[in-house]
Amino acid sequence: MSDFLLQIKNLHAGITDDKKEIIKGLSLDIKAGEVHAIMGPNGAGKSTLSYVLTGKSDYEVTAGDIIFNGKNLLELSPSERASEGLFLSMQYPVAIPGVTTNVFLKHAINAQRKYKGLPELDAAEFLKLIRGAAKEFDVSSEMLKREINVGFSGGEKKRLEILQLSLLQPSLAILDEADSGLDIDALRTVAEGVNKWHNQNNSLLIITHHLDLLNYIRPDFVHIYADGHIVKSGSMELAEDLEANGYRNYLEE
Amino acid sequence: MAEKPQIADYGGDKYKYGFVTDIKSDTAPCGLNEDIIRLISAKKNEPQWLLERRLKAYRHWLTMSEPHWAKLKYDEIDFQALRYYSAPVQKVKPKSLEEVDKNLLDTYNKLGIPLKEQEALAGVVAVDAVFDSVSVATTYRAKLAEQGIIFCSISEAVQNHPDLVQKYLGSVVPYTDNFYACLNSAVFTDGSFVYIPKGVKSPLELSTYFRINAKNTGQFERTLIVAEDDSYVSYLEGCTAPQRDENQLHAAIVEIVVMNNAEVKYSTVQNWYPGDKDGKGGVYNFVTKRAACRGNNAKISWTQVETGSAVTWKYPSCVLQGDNSVGEFYSVAITNNKQQADTGTKMIHIGKNTRSKIISKGISAGFSNQTYRGLVDVAPNADKARNYSQCDSLLIGSTCGSHTVPYIRNRNKSAVLEHEATTSKISEEQLFYCMQRGLNAEEAVGLIVNGFCKEVMQKLPMEFAIEAAKLINISLEGSVG
Ligand SMILES: Nc1ncnc2c1ncn2[C@@H]1O[C@H](COP(=O)(O)OP(=O)(O)OP(=O)(O)O)[C@@H](O)[C@H]1O
Ligand SMILES: [Mg+2]
Repeated sequence: MSDFLLQIKNLHAGITDDKKEIIKGLSLDIKAGEVHAIMGPNGAGKSTLSYVLTGKSDYEVTAGDIIFNGKNLLELSPSERASEGLFLSMQYPVAIPGVTTNVFLKHAINAQRKYKGLPELDAAEFLKLIRGAAKEFDVSSEMLKREINVGFSGGEKKRLEILQLSLLQPSLAILDEADSGLDIDALRTVAEGVNKWHNQNNSLLIITHHLDLLNYIRPDFVHIYADGHIVKSGSMELAEDLEANGYRNYLEE
Repeated sequence: MAEKPQIADYGGDKYKYGFVTDIKSDTAPCGLNEDIIRLISAKKNEPQWLLERRLKAYRHWLTMSEPHWAKLKYDEIDFQALRYYSAPVQKVKPKSLEEVDKNLLDTYNKLGIPLKEQEALAGVVAVDAVFDSVSVATTYRAKLAEQGIIFCSISEAVQNHPDLVQKYLGSVVPYTDNFYACLNSAVFTDGSFVYIPKGVKSPLELSTYFRINAKNTGQFERTLIVAEDDSYVSYLEGCTAPQRDENQLHAAIVEIVVMNNAEVKYSTVQNWYPGDKDGKGGVYNFVTKRAACRGNNAKISWTQVETGSAVTWKYPSCVLQGDNSVGEFYSVAITNNKQQADTGTKMIHIGKNTRSKIISKGISAGFSNQTYRGLVDVAPNADKARNYSQCDSLLIGSTCGSHTVPYIRNRNKSAVLEHEATTSKISEEQLFYCMQRGLNAEEAVGLIVNGFCKEVMQKLPMEFAIEAAKLINISLEGSVG
């Protein structure tokens, strides 16, 4: 077995029922325990990559391979990918009217437990688990009783995404602009939560436009993603250079 | 005599109550005429007045024609091809559960109503089970009788409490009311009777299970509930039918009389066989349900979860005669595949300060069609009547139809009537969000739909609510790719 958690080989993907190609030959390897950051201009296709990895039906893979945990990811359904340990903190978390946050979280946890052959949590066990996590992420019990993401502020939505990361304990988490909209304290809470979960067995793919989150969660690799593929990879210095000078030095290449 | 599970050859075979019970039946020949009605009446050893009422209804029915105003399409029903009486043969009339046919009891166990167990456990629900046309066993009778509560089949009530039956039967739904109600008044075979005396709050939830078993048999139950002054009862009704390729007709009447300060809660989980995914088979459900709040401060609340039937035509109504009386209607209707439902309520405000509330949640999937049809009627003397109506529709996919038809007839200036309606669709984004967290597509739909109708589900008694939530998930299987 290779020690790669995720291998993306020459991936081409676009919108289903559309000729437009958004990801044009992207390759990326992530080993267990590594933290990778992806930075790139608006509209480059970063969120698209996160959706392709997690199996959203709007997108179609036209070429390439993705191996996750030794399995052909493209053969798995979105829920199987999730239960296999792939988590996406979404750039725009979706509101589901009528479904309270508590109920949603219980269903999510139990769906994954069922997949793994573990007994489902009953109400009492769930409450115990959720109370601890809510405290850690500064999520009030009122918020847990509200309909999920309905009327939540931008920062509240992002905190709830990371709370789910901590509850579901995935092996690879993609954070798509998890830092956008967070105030200074919330950014620290979120980063601490991510760091608490992160260890040598699980990995992170952080999509961001800023250094803020990366200062808390130090990436091992920083990739510049433009025009559908990675144009340059480096270390934290690359991110710092971007922050100072923008993308202009990289886009002409 | 073993159960023969009927396994359909086609997909969408998720109806878990589709088995047929192999049991000897005492069955009338097909067709309807005065002799058949006399036969039914004689089989049930009925008094003359009831036979005469039946015949009167039948003669009136002959002058009526089937209504076609509902947004429903179905093949014409051949009323002469139906059987109007079918009863499981029992050697002797059972006096207790021990004497009830074992196959029947097995059927109820399969349906999740272990009668025996329930009696033994001295649990929380009293059950009356109606199998085809005859009420089979009523548990807990003794316990209820201590408080003067009568809970028995309508046939027994006719024998043992004829005065009550004669006084109230047909007093809320007269035989002239509509085509199906008129037919029922002529041929009804069984159903439940509940009488709660003055000042008594029923310590148990009363419950009836209806089941159509015999082939080509119409089921015409008649339920009558009378709640005297200051009384309370919660009543539950569940329905299933075997899976058959032919359509089965169900035309019931439920009448409820609520006196001063009394309250009746009536909950239904209707899960008649809906037909297969191509619309073959299934129950035609044409039901007249009506409650009269005769007394002041009387309260009636209808809660229904409708997942079954090929065709549903049903408008549980509240006639708010007493001052300050309250009518409520909470409904979840789910249609999938080729099912059709035209359902809603009527709130008739007659007394002063009467209040009504309508919460209707319609979920349509597949190629189904659903209409909410409601009437809020305020009589000239119904000062300060108030109504709040909320009708929400949720669509799954783009091949189903949903319509809202709220009629309002207001003849009193002081009335305050509010109506809200929404239509939404389960979005790909919502499904993906759920799936990204580990739910499969069907679990995701179930979660979203259960959330959508939560307000209504919360009105159901606890055990029923859990059962109903599962039923919703089953009904929507196959609704997303
Ligand atoms: N479902 C879709 N339908 C049509 N166009 C789409 C769809 N999804 C993505 N696109 C287009 O594909 C391109 C890439 O979008 P994507 O959201 O992946 O960018 P991004 O790199 O995440 O940008 P940002 O930094 O602004 O979040 C954009 O031009 C976008 O408009
Ligand atoms: Mg993006």
